[in-house]
Amino acid sequence: MTIRRILKSKSALAGLTIITLDLILAIFAPLIATHPYDEMDFMYVLAKPGEGGHIFGTDDYGRDIFSRLVYGSRVSLMVGVIAVGIGASIGTVFGIISGYFGGFLDSLIMRFMDALLSFPYVLLAIAMMAVLGPGLFNAMIAIGVVMVPSFARVVRSAVLNVKNEDFVVASKVLGASDLRVIFHHILPNIVPSLIIYSSLNFAGAVISEATLSFLGLGIQPPTPSWGSMLSEAKDFLQVAPHMAVFPGLAILLTCLGFNLLGDGLRDVLDPRLRT
Amino acid sequence: MVILGPEARAEDIARFRQQLGLDKPVFIQFLLYLKRVLTGDLGKSLIYKQDVLSLILERFPTTLVLSVSALFIAVLVGIPAGILSAVKHNSFTDLLITILALVGISIPIFWFGMVLIIVFSLKLGWLPAVGLGSLDKGLWDVIKHLILPSFALGILSMGTITRFTRSSMLEVLRQDYIRTAYAKGLRKRLIIYRHALRNALVPIITVIGLQLGNLLAGAVLTETVFALPGLGKLMVDAIMRRDFMLVQGEVLFVAVTYIFINLLVDVVYAVVNPKIRQSYERG
Repeated sequence: MTIRRILKSKSALAGLTIITLDLILAIFAPLIATHPYDEMDFMYVLAKPGEGGHIFGTDDYGRDIFSRLVYGSRVSLMVGVIAVGIGASIGTVFGIISGYFGGFLDSLIMRFMDALLSFPYVLLAIAMMAVLGPGLFNAMIAIGVVMVPSFARVVRSAVLNVKNEDFVVASKVLGASDLRVIFHHILPNIVPSLIIYSSLNFAGAVISEATLSFLGLGIQPPTPSWGSMLSEAKDFLQVAPHMAVFPGLAILLTCLGFNLLGDGLRDVLDPRLRT
Repeated sequence: MVILGPEARAEDIARFRQQLGLDKPVFIQFLLYLKRVLTGDLGKSLIYKQDVLSLILERFPTTLVLSVSALFIAVLVGIPAGILSAVKHNSFTDLLITILALVGISIPIFWFGMVLIIVFSLKLGWLPAVGLGSLDKGLWDVIKHLILPSFALGILSMGTITRFTRSSMLEVLRQDYIRTAYAKGLRKRLIIYRHALRNALVPIITVIGLQLGNLLAGAVLTETVFALPGLGKLMVDAIMRRDFMLVQGEVLFVAVTYIFINLLVDVVYAVVNPKIRQSYERG
């Protein structure tokens, strides 16, 4: 029933379509890519789109941009899944403890989260990378950790909404343990908020990865990521603008997909959150 | 080790650790750091051999001007677009604006900056691609250099502000007093600007304030693309060259600025919204 309603929402459907295409690219990358991602074709360095069988042209090492984009989708999606996974799971634990038990523990956790939120998102990720050192694994951790406070807040307010509902109180009166109440009554009711928020944060994670890689802090060569491709393109804007155009479009489309899905899901699952 | 490299002699490392105070326990180090910070001493940059605070203050005006002009553009476009979208709810214009706003939120700003450079500097040759411009050549030279970076940075906030204005206006336009105003036969323009917008503005101001903080951080990227000598560029260089004193100082500086802006927003909020003002006056 809910799924049918989601599929009826135009924005969710558009988002799902884009994300499915992304997934297909990532899973079947070796079949879809026309060249190996690190193969250098020195006959066609900085080739324009279409030259020498390179659909989107080549970069400064003569590597096929289309194939690198296809493989790059793997990095983006992987970072998205793992970073959102870290952010959502740790954030949910903190949010539930804070919202359900309240009191001193609540104040302690939320003040700590507020402190983290007082740093702009991008800046905190960059600062963490400065400490952890560059690399894909560290980037995933940094992006995930940066998401924890906002997830904790969303989950906490969702828990506060459910906590005093009659069915929760009734369950407690009947002698259910805290753990049982949390897992059987609270958690299922905050899942919609979690799904919506995860989808919107996925877009944020993709951009963050691109940002870190663009600054040279994320994935290291020769593995392609959309952000690092843009970073390389920066020095060739005059002679090879196509190097910059395609990776950027890929990031834009992917983020648009997750934002559309998030918006659509929110309209269907929780119209109150509508902005 | 990281700073001196793998070939450093043991006694050099020991001397360096002592110079940096790293031989003391972590807790003491932190207290000493706090004491220095509270007296306005953010330490010395290892690379520039200069006071961190003076380095930051030297670069801060560039970043501030960039962020404020980006916010200016974002507000200038975002609020009218949001109003138009809400007033023409469910029309083609509404759909177009909603999609564009979503694109604005999804676009990586550093890429958008590159596209702007490709189109407006390299192809059309209308505006300079990099650098700051100088006041000696007149104010126009500075503005010319600022247009592309501000627009690139502003796009993100533009989308957010448009979306918030739209939803806030839609919320207000549904209220009874708006229907009463229509029933009284007031002109539509008057109702929208005098009656609806005033009430819709309250949440929008909060969002605008929060945006300024994000723009300060986003300036890191814009400055890298447009080669502007601001805080962001300083920060990236500091990370690349492992100048941790500088990184630490900058993060602290931006965070404090961010908190200060949030405080300012709360104050403005009270001024704009009589309900909140009254609750303060009552104590």
